[in-house]
Amino acid sequence: MPQELMEIEAVDGAARSTGSLDVATVDRGAVVERRARDDLRGQIATLERRLGELFASAFPRKGIEWRVGAVGGPRVLGTGELERVRDALAVRLREAQAELERRGRVEEDFRGLLESVIAEPERHRWVRISNEDVGEPGCRHWHSRPRWGILGMLMGWWRVRLSSGCPLALGRAAPANRHLE
Amino acid sequence: MSDEAIPEAGWIAPLLREELPGLGLRYLLVDRGSGRTPRSVKERMAQMSNRFSGPQAINLRHRPIPAAYRVFYRHIGLDPDEQPTPVEGVALERIKRGGFVSQNLLDDALTIAIIESGVALRAFDADRAEGRLGIRPTTGGEGLEGRPGGLPEGTLVIADESRPLALLFGATSAGRGVSPETTRTILCAVQVKGVPDIAVEEAIWLAASVLRGHGGS
Repeated sequence: MPQELMEIEAVDGAARSTGSLDVATVDRGAVVERRARDDLRGQIATLERRLGELFASAFPRKGIEWRVGAVGGPRVLGTGELERVRDALAVRLREAQAELERRGRVEEDFRGLLESVIAEPERHRWVRISNEDVGEPGCRHWHSRPRWGILGMLMGWWRVRLSSGCPLALGRAAPANRHLE
Repeated sequence: MSDEAIPEAGWIAPLLREELPGLGLRYLLVDRGSGRTPRSVKERMAQMSNRFSGPQAINLRHRPIPAAYRVFYRHIGLDPDEQPTPVEGVALERIKRGGFVSQNLLDDALTIAIIESGVALRAFDADRAEGRLGIRPTTGGEGLEGRPGGLPEGTLVIADESRPLALLFGATSAGRGVSPETTRTILCAVQVKGVPDIAVEEAIWLAASVLRGHGGS
């Protein structure tokens, strides 16, 4: 069970046990229920903020699932539905954190490899590492290639070429068209 | 109506006041409808497009007001990643279309105010609304005009004193939104917990000033 969920369950369990001592009337029961819903809303707010921070820090990595799913609204949710939202957020947060940690380790390995490639390109022939591999935005890549083509291959003259970046979104336009806007 | 008019506070159903503290509705009547967007507003949108790009869109969730709306969406059973909050919806369009594309004066006024403030704004035809506006859950059998079937009981809606005008953060009833025939507009802001009053008032004033023709660059 994710740690966030366990923390939240502990708080929630405490709230519930406190409430059960006091439930003597229906009104009191309703008050306790409402307090539980308020607690759950607070927990949802905390989890949503953590997920938002993680989302921003994950940029530009792609392919991470952030959706939690709606329980159907807009309406006032009951305790059970709020619990479902909270649990789903906690699970999503844990999964996203785990995925980011896994990718972080892979990116660290790539950064180490990149340093080696830059230091000794002849020992890493034809190796190509992109910004995406090291967890950075943009389309740049490093490529270990021979200088002067086949002659460089025969002579062992290897170097790292750095690409110039992303292609233009709309391709190349005629100079006259660039000033239309 | 003078330019210094103060946005009116809408009513909130007692159940919602208890369950969702901080939920509020503020609105302002503007004596004009939509129309063609003047060049000065288009220029302002172009400047906004230059200022607002991918990194700003990504960091929206860090900003307190957009984050407050995301949290509120969760509280009412919506998923802000499936149905974006107003500011995220406008930002998403900016990223998809490469800029804030001008549509008409009202939509442009709302776009400017939403991006600048982060507050959820929408507009209704003032001559098609009766009495004061507010937020309440629907009762059994109620629906949105122009849409088949009724709404599930308890659905949160923006309503006037007789009928629902729109889903909260959702579709508008047929004929209640602003059309080319509209002569008076209600600019309406939904406030949630974590969104300060001053931001809501600023959003409404900003949209109103653009609509009245004082909001160019």
